[in-house]
Amino acid sequence: MKRCDVAVIGGGPAGLAAAISARQAGAKEVLVLERSSEPGGILMQCIHNGFGLHTFGEELTGPEYADRFVRKAEASGAQIMTGTMVLDVGDNHVITAMNEKDGLFQLQAGAVVLAMGCRERPRGALNIPGTRPSGIYTAGTAQRMINIEGLMPGKKAVILGSGDIGLIMARRMTLEGANVQAVVELMPYSTGLRRNIVQCLDDFGIPLLLSHTVIRTEGRERLEAVTVAEVDAQRKPIPGTEIRYACDCLLLSCGLIPENELTRKAGAAVNPVTGGPVVDDTFETSIPGIFSCGNVLHVHDLVDYVSEEAGIAGRHAAVYAGCHPAEDVHIRQTEGSLNDRDAAERERRGRSRITLSGENGVRYTVPATIYPETMDEKVTIRFRVGAVYRDVWLSLYLDRERIVHQKKRILTPGEMCQVSVTREQLSKAKGQHQLTVRIERE
Amino acid sequence: MYDAVIIGAGVTGAAAAWALSRLCANICVLERTEDVCTGTSKANSAIIHGGFDPAVGSLMAKLNVRGNEMMDSLCEDLDVPFQRNGALVVCTDEAKMGELEALLARGIANGVSGFRIVRGEELFRMEPNLSENVTAALRAPTSGIVCPFELTLALAENACQNGVDFHFHAEVTDIRRDEKGLYHVKAGGTEYVTRAVINAAGVYADEIHNMVSTQKIRIRPRRGEYCLYDRALQGYVRHTIFQLPTEKGKGVLVTPTVHGNILAGPTSDFISDKEDTATTAEGIAEVLEKENLSVKPLPGGRIITSFAGLRAHGETGDFIIGEAEGAPLFYDLAGIESPGLSSAPAIGEMTAAWAEKALGLQKKDHVIEKRTGIPHFAELPIEEKQKLIAKNPLYGQIVCRCEMVTEGEIVDAIRRPLGARSLDGVKRRTRAGMGRCQSGFCLPRVCEILHRETGIPQDMITKCGGNSRVVVGYTKGEKEPRDREDGRHPHEEM
Repeated sequence: MKRCDVAVIGGGPAGLAAAISARQAGAKEVLVLERSSEPGGILMQCIHNGFGLHTFGEELTGPEYADRFVRKAEASGAQIMTGTMVLDVGDNHVITAMNEKDGLFQLQAGAVVLAMGCRERPRGALNIPGTRPSGIYTAGTAQRMINIEGLMPGKKAVILGSGDIGLIMARRMTLEGANVQAVVELMPYSTGLRRNIVQCLDDFGIPLLLSHTVIRTEGRERLEAVTVAEVDAQRKPIPGTEIRYACDCLLLSCGLIPENELTRKAGAAVNPVTGGPVVDDTFETSIPGIFSCGNVLHVHDLVDYVSEEAGIAGRHAAVYAGCHPAEDVHIRQTEGSLNDRDAAERERRGRSRITLSGENGVRYTVPATIYPETMDEKVTIRFRVGAVYRDVWLSLYLDRERIVHQKKRILTPGEMCQVSVTREQLSKAKGQHQLTVRIERE
Repeated sequence: MYDAVIIGAGVTGAAAAWALSRLCANICVLERTEDVCTGTSKANSAIIHGGFDPAVGSLMAKLNVRGNEMMDSLCEDLDVPFQRNGALVVCTDEAKMGELEALLARGIANGVSGFRIVRGEELFRMEPNLSENVTAALRAPTSGIVCPFELTLALAENACQNGVDFHFHAEVTDIRRDEKGLYHVKAGGTEYVTRAVINAAGVYADEIHNMVSTQKIRIRPRRGEYCLYDRALQGYVRHTIFQLPTEKGKGVLVTPTVHGNILAGPTSDFISDKEDTATTAEGIAEVLEKENLSVKPLPGGRIITSFAGLRAHGETGDFIIGEAEGAPLFYDLAGIESPGLSSAPAIGEMTAAWAEKALGLQKKDHVIEKRTGIPHFAELPIEEKQKLIAKNPLYGQIVCRCEMVTEGEIVDAIRRPLGARSLDGVKRRTRAGMGRCQSGFCLPRVCEILHRETGIPQDMITKCGGNSRVVVGYTKGEKEPRDREDGRHPHEEM
């Protein structure tokens, strides 16, 4: 059986960053398994700019951002296997995968990083009544058609959902000469980034209809029209508010779903709120030696944070696999070369442990657990809120003691929030403790 | 000249073609759309009924029971997924036990055995996810589930292997009987001359019949809406769960499919438009409400699609099968609603028996009995998978991630006899696009493969034939299709 120190499943931004950092942390054999014919993931179809402001201090397009990571990964000595589909992550980190060249094969990995990304919620899952003609696509599929295939999904469009891909596609369709009549959002707020609403809708005069949804599609072969209606507080359509738009194209940007079929099959615990695995401060899942990062963990708005998280995950995966960087002495050694599950589990149980939770509108936190004795100097806690909050305080409570208190002008479900905590702040925590992220009025 | 022209390539027409292909005769099938299995046959409960429901002595009862008997060897010969998973008709009201007993008696009268009434602990051991309101159930062990697309395709492909011609885009617009008694069937700009006509036109069977018969019939489309759940729920129920009718009307069924999904439905609404397969908010709400009467609540977030199909309801309450009044050798297979899928092979057999006698045909000495389907890569054991990739590397390339469909399967679906020409054609043959992402990822890839294999320009690929083009043209910078072979854009060739 082929062996490697760290196997990374998925060659998008998360997988590439994890692979680079695993190499830097001393892993000799790092293998990225990518199902598409080229690495880069969804970035390859994101030809708009705005990527990399945090990471590189400049505005790159998606393919440019991906290219920097692909080059870096290749230069680092990580091996990228494209056209390769992983079928299973089994016991003892044995991966089953397949491709045209090697057929079906197994791979023994020291540690595994799950970085499979996410998929879009399709029309069927939204239960939109009506006909099922051609012309109804998720925004990402339409993005691929236009930016990669050079094909136009429609000339007269309505977009349901104001997620970022929907907003970006409103602009892209307009630039390609299509008439985008409206972006329709079920919620009373947009789930996309503020800058995208300004740059993709406002600048082009495309109306954003909040608290509206599509209640009917018409057309047998090709889409001919959709009916949009306002919804009440229970998100039920209000009779008498219907507007009919003649259109040949309906794009859907109604949420992203982490692709965790492999994760579930491997037996890792999944958080029902994020749809992604439950991880600790090293991005390790409930199964020792299996790490997770990027959109398969929780859906991000900015790729920069994906790269950052993935870097941490990749480094810890290398440590788990028993690899040591040549000179770097800062990497902690506590986990040493724990390769078997039981020993790792015993080691975990023996450590002090802080369980994180969200309250008062904080829907989830990543990570879900911090081990204070072995944590990095600083851990960034990322989360999303369930509604729009203005002029509030964001607080962190270690058990009952408030250790962080920050004023926030706005917290919105469309933008991932974060708060940091240092080893210093958690140094008192011995044994079992609670860390609560809370939104407060004062 | 043909001995028989079959109108309609749904499961009934395909079964007739399959059975008639055993005779020494010139046969063709005329289908108005671009593929087989595009009407009622593609949107139904996918059940092979046990035969306890139809009225005693009806054609429905006789053909359902016979069709069910034929299913094992037929599906074996034609490589079609079929499972006898058994059915449970559940009762939630002790006062209705009499109805359950009546069903049992009817089943026995229809010639089916193995029925019994199951209660209490035994019942919940069998199906732990039944609703707590269920008090008893009639168990019908011979009831089964089948892939309706694969069954229809397999019957048609085997008919094709045995010499039956298929003409697509051939909508019948006129039928005339000449002085010699021959029929002239106009379809898609061609006139087909034939001794006999077999009418398997589904919801349009009345229009075809009324072109020649003195006794008019009427087929009313009855729409049924369904919700399909993710394969992640595989095993939620193992039997097909039927409900007894209540004062609120006929119940819905909850059943596993042969591919591991859970299917709930159908509603039942008479409509006037024979093309109206739109779903409705009310219909979906009704399915979701009624499914809870027989099973514990299914997670709504696991619905991957909803759809509607039309049943061809004849007004007699039974199948309308036989020579039409005033039209010798014009044979109706009309009013084929449930249990039509279950009865299809028996309807085919009955039609062939009639044709053999009425047209004086001989049985063929040599018939190709077996049809081999597209290998379903995902379901093969590891060694078989390895062998397949070694033989053809295209089987090493996954195109549809959700259902694990390989490029090899898609190419096979396009190249085989009666091959796919549309996205839905590929989907019905391979399941590419039928999973939880509903073709979000594989759609562009399948379009590309269809283009490469058939030469249909990329901007002309359709979802389901006709005007259902997937895209409306090229982008500004992409005036012409690019050459996929070397990956170069035409503008780059300066």
